[in-house]
Amino acid sequence: MTNPNALLHRRDVVGELLRDRGDLLVIAGLGAPNWDVSAAGDNPNNFPLWGAMGAASMMGLGLALAQPKRKVLVVTGDGEMLMNLGSLATIAVERPPNLTIAVLDNERFGETGMQRTHTASGVDLAAMALAAGIRTSRVVRTMEQVTEIRDLAYQGKGPVFAQVKINPEALVFVLPPADGVILTARFRQSVLGDEALYN
Amino acid sequence: MADLAARPNQASPPPTWPDDVYRILKEADVKQVGMVPDAGHSRLIRAFEADPETRVVTLTTEEEGVAMLAGAWLGGQRGVLLMQSSGVGNCINMLSLPAICHMPLLMLVTMRGDWGEFNPWQIPMGQGTHAALEAMGVIVTRADEPHLVAQTVWGAANLAFNTWRPAAVLIGQRVLGAKNFKELARK
Repeated sequence: MTNPNALLHRRDVVGELLRDRGDLLVIAGLGAPNWDVSAAGDNPNNFPLWGAMGAASMMGLGLALAQPKRKVLVVTGDGEMLMNLGSLATIAVERPPNLTIAVLDNERFGETGMQRTHTASGVDLAAMALAAGIRTSRVVRTMEQVTEIRDLAYQGKGPVFAQVKINPEALVFVLPPADGVILTARFRQSVLGDEALYN
Repeated sequence: MADLAARPNQASPPPTWPDDVYRILKEADVKQVGMVPDAGHSRLIRAFEADPETRVVTLTTEEEGVAMLAGAWLGGQRGVLLMQSSGVGNCINMLSLPAICHMPLLMLVTMRGDWGEFNPWQIPMGQGTHAALEAMGVIVTRADEPHLVAQTVWGAANLAFNTWRPAAVLIGQRVLGAKNFKELARK
């Protein structure tokens, strides 16, 4: 019997979400989610953000609308998600079936000294997403539930929102390329083919 | 003075430049339209909403649109962001994204706090719009006559999509006609 209060480990969660990822497209929010996605393996189908805090969910929407036959996963943090809560309303209205947003919620601003975020005081992101109109929205506390989120994402049963409660552990940084031009060009070339280099 | 400003617009037929802008944006292969509406954009928005090939996304704040169109570009679609000058202030840090990634971003900005403005609260952002955009690396052009709007949008669209840069067209209040809510209010 596992301890129900035990928190998940962030890289286990991301590793499970990206298991056998196939041609999944991934946007990673700035900070630790970027390092977590990179720790699972650098991949041209990843777009890891190094800045533009608040961008991840809406980049996921624009990408999901542009590539309706591909599955899009946004992995971001609670601090980043809190900065752009309005995007949950916009995504709910647009209802993209191929978009999943997984928020790794350690209740901390991890990059800046582990200050408490609003979720540490009980702000319920999953309930906010649900209230915005994202019908599949959950707080995730077990690896079994992470696998369920993975299945929903890969089956295109979105939009899906998951607030994954994780341990506020500080892990070694695993950095992807930092040059936005390289990240953009290789992502587009991977998704669109060589033609992307000419347009 | 307010009457002098408003009368020519009331007497004029509806402007046709939004139709020309719609045609130009279609030729530029725009597929996603992010917008926080403004009266000056209403005719263009109606045209896109009637177009089954275009996805019109209403945003809760303009910076969402900057991020959305970055995602669209990653997925191979072009877009346009429609907003009022006050919304430019909501985008400042997010404009890092197209700048650092060399992504196209086309912004059409209807001006407030500009020619004939009646509302003092519109002045700070309206007067700061041009400088704020340029400070973030956006290439800014401006149209202050109705017959100049379409060609200015054409130039900015080509610049943005051919050179992978953020570009904004400021559509001056002189094109749009200055509002005056005071005429609608009882004092």
